Amino acid sequence: MRTRTLLLSVLVIIALAFTACAPAPQPAAPAEQATTAPAAEDAAAPAEAPAADAAGCTDPLGCIEIAAGDPIKIAYALVTAGPNSALGEDSVRGIEIAVDDMGGELLGHPVEIVGEDTGCSPEGGQAAATKLASDPSIVAVIGTSCSSEARVGAPILSEAGLSLVSPSNTAPDLTDAAKRVPGYFRTAHNDLVQGAVAADFVYNDLGLTKAATVHDGSLYAVGLTAAFADAFKALGGEIVSEQAVNVGDTDMRPVLTTIAAAGPEMIYYPIFTAEAGFITAQAKEVQGLENTKLMAADGSFSQDFVNAAGEAALGMYLSSPDFSAFGDAYQGFLTKHEEKYGGAPLSAFHAHAYDATNMIAAAITAVAVQDGDNLSIGRQALRDALGATTDFQGLTGNITCDPNGDCADPKIAVYEVTDVNSWNPNVTSPIKVFPK
Amino acid sequence: MFSNLRRKYDFTDYILWFIGATLLVAILYGSYVTLSSGKYTTEQWLNFIVFGLAQGGIYALIALGYTMVYGILGMINFAHGEFFMFGTFGAFFVAEALAISGFLESNPLLSIIIMLAAAMSVSAMVAMLSERIAYRPLRRAPRLVPLITAIGVSYFLQYTARGFFGSGVEAFPNVPALAGSIAVGPITMQRSQIAVFAATGILLLLLWLIVSKTKIGRAIRAVAEDKDAAALMGVDVDRTISITFALGGIMAGAAGVMYGLVFRQVAFYMGFVPGLKAFTAAVLGGIGNLAGAVLGGLILGVIESVGPSLFLDGIGIPSPHQLKDGIAFTVLVLILIFRPSGILGERLSKRA
Repeated sequence: MRTRTLLLSVLVIIALAFTACAPAPQPAAPAEQATTAPAAEDAAAPAEAPAADAAGCTDPLGCIEIAAGDPIKIAYALVTAGPNSALGEDSVRGIEIAVDDMGGELLGHPVEIVGEDTGCSPEGGQAAATKLASDPSIVAVIGTSCSSEARVGAPILSEAGLSLVSPSNTAPDLTDAAKRVPGYFRTAHNDLVQGAVAADFVYNDLGLTKAATVHDGSLYAVGLTAAFADAFKALGGEIVSEQAVNVGDTDMRPVLTTIAAAGPEMIYYPIFTAEAGFITAQAKEVQGLENTKLMAADGSFSQDFVNAAGEAALGMYLSSPDFSAFGDAYQGFLTKHEEKYGGAPLSAFHAHAYDATNMIAAAITAVAVQDGDNLSIGRQALRDALGATTDFQGLTGNITCDPNGDCADPKIAVYEVTDVNSWNPNVTSPIKVFPK
Repeated sequence: MFSNLRRKYDFTDYILWFIGATLLVAILYGSYVTLSSGKYTTEQWLNFIVFGLAQGGIYALIALGYTMVYGILGMINFAHGEFFMFGTFGAFFVAEALAISGFLESNPLLSIIIMLAAAMSVSAMVAMLSERIAYRPLRRAPRLVPLITAIGVSYFLQYTARGFFGSGVEAFPNVPALAGSIAVGPITMQRSQIAVFAATGILLLLLWLIVSKTKIGRAIRAVAEDKDAAALMGVDVDRTISITFALGGIMAGAAGVMYGLVFRQVAFYMGFVPGLKAFTAAVLGGIGNLAGAVLGGLILGVIESVGPSLFLDGIGIPSPHQLKDGIAFTVLVLILIFRPSGILGERLSKRA
C-alpha cells in the first residue's frame, strides 16, 4: 500500500515538474492553428453578422459600432506583473502619454484604455489574447510585450478580427512572410537588425572574435542569439559555445563553467530580467570568466535587471533602441514622463508604444465613418489602413509598414552600464558607446 | 537485494530492467566520451561539484521536512516548498530593515543569526498552522485525501504570498561580508557557498541531536513507529506531530535564508521548484530516512550540476544545461528501478 502511494506521488511530482519546466506550448505548427481557425470563426460569425448587416457594414470582418458619447476602446496586452513588469509598464506609460496628448479623445469620443497582463510567457499571452478577443467593443490592441506571447496570442486576436501593434516584439519569426498572422504589426525593430548591430560592436569595436551565446528557449532569445551568431560569423568571428537555460533557473554556475571551458572572450545572453540577472551576478564567480565581457539586450534593459544583477552589472553592455537618434519630440516626451510619473522611463519601449498608439489613432481617424449617431469602424479597413502607414512621423523615427508588418525605423545602440545605483539612459547609466 | 530472487519475476520487471540498463549504458557512454575528450580541466570538474553541493545543501534542508513528515504521518506534504518561500520572505523583510539601518554591514554574523531566527519562526509557524488547520482533521482519512489537500494548501499559501507581497521579484539585500571568494586548494569557493556548507552542517547536527538524544526526539520516533502504541505509552501524538512540522519548517526557513544569500532574489513562486526538487531528493535518498534526505539532496544537486556536461556534452547534444531537470528525473527513475525505496530507504514493501 505504501509503495503504491509513494509511486503515485512520484508520478504526480514528475508530471508537475514537467508542466512547470516544459518550455511551454511550442510555437506549434502555424498550420495547426490555421486549420482550427475557420471553425472558431464560423462559430463566431452568426452572432456578429446580423448586427453588422443591420448597421449597413460591408467590411468582411465586421464593424465596431460606437454610439455617441461611448468611448473608443483600445486594449493593451503587455506584461505588467512579475519579473518583467518593467518592460510592459514602460509601454503602458507610453500609451497613457499618447492618450493624454490626444486630449483623451478621438473623433469626439473619449479614448478608453483597458489592459491584460501577459506575464511574458506563451500561456500568459494566450490567456490575455483570449480574454481580449471575447470583448467585441475593443477596436485594436497594443501588444504584446514578449515575442513568445505574440506567437500564441497574435493568432487568437487575428482570428477575432482584431488588429494588433506591438511596441516590443522583436523576434524575426513574427514578421516572417510564412508565419505572420493578418492584422499583426510592430513598431519595434526586427532582431535581425539588433543582432547585426551587436555583432558589429563586438567584432569591430571591441575587437573580439570568440563569443558564446545563451538563450532561454523563448522565441525572442532563440531568434536574437541566432541573428547575432549569423552576423558574427559573417564578419569572421567564431561562436565557441551555444548554451541554453530554462526560465526559472537560478543556479547558472554549471552552465557558465561549461561556457568557460570553451574559452569565449564575451558572452551574449539576450534573455529576460531574472535569468539574465543570475547569469550576470554569477559569471564573475566562475573560474575562467573573470575578464570575459558580458552583453545582454533590450529584454533586460531596465533598472530591475540591474537591481537583480547587482554590482556585477558594472561595465557590461546592453543593446537597445538608440534614444539619442530619436527626434526632438522625444525630449518633450521625456519631460511629460517626468511630470506624470517622476524619473526616467523604466525600460526601452515607451516611445514605441507611444508611436503604436498614435499609429492606431491615425488609422482609426482614416477609416471611421459617421453612421447616423454611431461611429462605425471596419475591422478589415482598419487593418488595411495600419498596413498602409507610410512616412508616419513618430518619436522613434519615420514609420513605414512593409507587407509583413514591420513598421519600425530601426535604430539600435549599445550601452554600457556605468552605475548600478541609478537608471537614466544616456544621463547617468547606461551610457551609449556604439555606434560612435 | 537477494531476497528479490526468491520472488517470481514478471514481465514488468524485465521491461524496467531493460529501461534501466539502457539508461545506464547511455550515461556511462556519455561520461566516457566526455571524459576522454578532455574538454574540462580537473578544476572545472571540482567547480561543478562544489556548485552542485551548494545547491544540494539547500535541497537537503528542505528535503528534511518532507522526509520527517512522511516518516511520522506517511503523507507527502506538497506545501513544504511554500513553507520555505514564507521563510525566505521573513528573512527578506528583516534583512531589508537591517540593511537600511546599516546593522547588516557592521554586524554581519549577528544579522544572519537574526535573519535565520526570523525565517525559522515564520516557516515553523506557517507549518504548524497548516498542520493544525488542514491536515489534523484528516488524520484518519484515506491516504490520498491529505495528499490532495497538501497540493491545495500549497496553492493557497502561494497565492496568499502573492496577495501580501506582490507578484514581482525582490532583490535580497547583499551581505558585504559574504561577497567575494576564497581559494581552497585548486579551486576558489564563494564565501556565500562556504556559509551554506557551514550552516547546513550545524543545522543537521542539531537536528540529529534533537531526534536521537532528546525526549521529544524519542516521542517523534515512537509516533513514527506506531501512532497508537505511542499514544498508549503516554505520548501526546498531536503535539508530537505538530513539533515535527515545526522542525521541518525550521529547516525550510534556514534553507530560505541560504537561498536568499546565494541567489539574492525573492518571489512568491520561488517555493515551487525547490520544493519539487527537495521532494525528489527525499525520494532519491529513501523517504522517511533523515540521512537519506541529506544524501539525496546533495546527490541531486551534484547531478544537476555535473550531469549535463558529463553525460550529454560528449555525445554532442546542444545546450545540455537546459536538460538538467530531465537528467535529474532520469537518474531518479533509474535509482527507483534498482532500489524502489531509495538509496538509504528501508524496504517499504515490508511495512505495507
